[in-house]
Amino acid sequence: MVELPPFVLFYLAALAAAVLPRRARQVVMLAVPLVGGLALMNLAPDLLVRVAFMDLYLEPLRVDKLSMLFGILFHIGAFIGIVFSLHVDDRSQHVAALLYAGSAIGAVFAGDLLTLFLFWEILALTSAFLIFANRTDRAWGAGMRYLVIQVLSGVLLLAGALMLYRHSGSLAFNHIGLNGAGSFLIFIAFGIKCAFPLLHNWLTDAYPEATPTGTVFLSAFTTKVAVYALARGFAGTEALVYIGATMTCFPIFYAVIENDLRRVLAYSMINQIGFMVVGIGLGTALAMNGAIAHAFNDVIFKGLLMMSMGAVLHMTGRINGSDLGGLYKSMPITAGLCIVGAASISAFPLFSGFVSKSMVMVAVLEEGHPGVWLALLFASAGVFHHAGIKIPFFAFFSHDSGIRTTEPPLNMLAAMGLAAVLCVFIGCYPWVLYELLPFSTGYAPFDGSHILAQIQLLVFSAAAFAWLKVSGIYPPELRSTNIDVEWLYRRLAPRWVRHCTQGLTAVSDTLGQATQNASRVVMRSVVRHYGPEGALARSWPTGSMVLWVAVLLAASLILYYL
Amino acid sequence: MNDKVHIFDKPQNVRRVLWALVAMCIATIGADFVYHRHIVHPWEGVWGFYAIYGFVACVVLVLVAKELRKLLMRAEDYYDRDG
Repeated sequence: MVELPPFVLFYLAALAAAVLPRRARQVVMLAVPLVGGLALMNLAPDLLVRVAFMDLYLEPLRVDKLSMLFGILFHIGAFIGIVFSLHVDDRSQHVAALLYAGSAIGAVFAGDLLTLFLFWEILALTSAFLIFANRTDRAWGAGMRYLVIQVLSGVLLLAGALMLYRHSGSLAFNHIGLNGAGSFLIFIAFGIKCAFPLLHNWLTDAYPEATPTGTVFLSAFTTKVAVYALARGFAGTEALVYIGATMTCFPIFYAVIENDLRRVLAYSMINQIGFMVVGIGLGTALAMNGAIAHAFNDVIFKGLLMMSMGAVLHMTGRINGSDLGGLYKSMPITAGLCIVGAASISAFPLFSGFVSKSMVMVAVLEEGHPGVWLALLFASAGVFHHAGIKIPFFAFFSHDSGIRTTEPPLNMLAAMGLAAVLCVFIGCYPWVLYELLPFSTGYAPFDGSHILAQIQLLVFSAAAFAWLKVSGIYPPELRSTNIDVEWLYRRLAPRWVRHCTQGLTAVSDTLGQATQNASRVVMRSVVRHYGPEGALARSWPTGSMVLWVAVLLAASLILYYL
Repeated sequence: MNDKVHIFDKPQNVRRVLWALVAMCIATIGADFVYHRHIVHPWEGVWGFYAIYGFVACVVLVLVAKELRKLLMRAEDYYDRDG
């Protein structure tokens, strides 16, 4: 039997969704991740499908524990996202979402760099439509910036892959490691999609501008494909430990002062990816397991938080902390589900974040990076502060905004409920997830010391929030924009270009003036000589001509005798 | 709108939540007296390390973020305007 790569099913469904009427489309969309998930279970472990393409060998399907785990994860993420967006009556969004999910799945099963590149670019293109679908000027601008940066990442990946191919004669996507220019280009390509510091701003710029349902898909796939690619290609690269530690720390400052709650979650997403990047940088079995398990959990709990904020945006039309508050009165179920997501991202024991993040924390100490460990601990307290408390507090509690609404549509509640059940299930039965991880480490998450330490950290972080809030020190939510790296390309560069073009205009103005002046002088002299009054235009009497001829002859005679 | 009174509309309920939080703080830090956490790094062994670090981290985070606003905060339509 010919093994069908799992992405094919999603692409076919996207084709079907493009033509089918609404009801049939919904059925197809719900069926795809379920059928695809079952088909996934039947794939032989260590399967490798190889096709010859011109002189190259491409591997559109490579199955191992790492790709399988991400494959399963993306099927779950796609299912949750599809249930959440079922009520949306927008064909283009559904088609884009299916193609996008399919490309993410295609990317993690790609065995060579060229196939990876293809999915990498389709991922960029299809996801941009989930941003454009908001159909506002802001979304259009943010989507275009997003697309440019994502395509740039793909171009770097292709350039790096070709350089590696020239060097080694192989396109296979295995461990790459940082050596040589080609590998460096690929590292940056992955880094852009992974939201490395300074390369991160596309994420916080674009994700909050997508549709309420689109952001749920966006938060599941792009960055997790990048985490997968880093885990495959750059495990044990020490630079990643420090890059990751920076990623955990700097976004939480932005998250505290950001008003748009979906943007708060976007910053918190960079923070969570930071933990994964640190784990990948350490490269030990425990650290890698921790990083990958955390990617798995993050798709679900970040999805849950994004969904709860999407539900709030869908029902109230508002997403700024300064406009919201008191929604627990009219959306109690959504509030409860949001709190489950908040507890999971904050790594409360018995919620999913705890069983994966603690692996990275332990590995960091065991590998002798106490400074990095302190940074991650700071970030852990910080994530509880901004994602665990701030999100539910300002949306559902805080001062009553006076908004009265109802619970979101049933499909939205069902998707959030499913994600919440998974968060608690993995938090209580982590062994199910651990079975899927690439290494067996015998790690025991529920150890008294870890649990007590984590509870102390969280309870006292909550106390700090309560104290700052009660004493009035906590900064209020303000309608504002906080400038970030994007300022360079949204303000500085345009300003600089305008300045340069103004300079050029000045030069061309001067040149134009000078040419005009010069031509005026030339014209004036032409007019003087040839004009109606000009010496050369006068009619000459024959006598004077004879006189001049005589002068010339005399002159030549004199010259001859000299 | 004639709204019924909800749980946190009553100040005493908010106070109860705060007192519960204080009680949890005391209980968890008190556990450090009786429970000996096994440790990987000596810092972890300091009494109340996680509790104090968590509290200080959050206060520092908020205070620094508040100062950062002076540097980073612009009007909401900052990028929509010509500059």
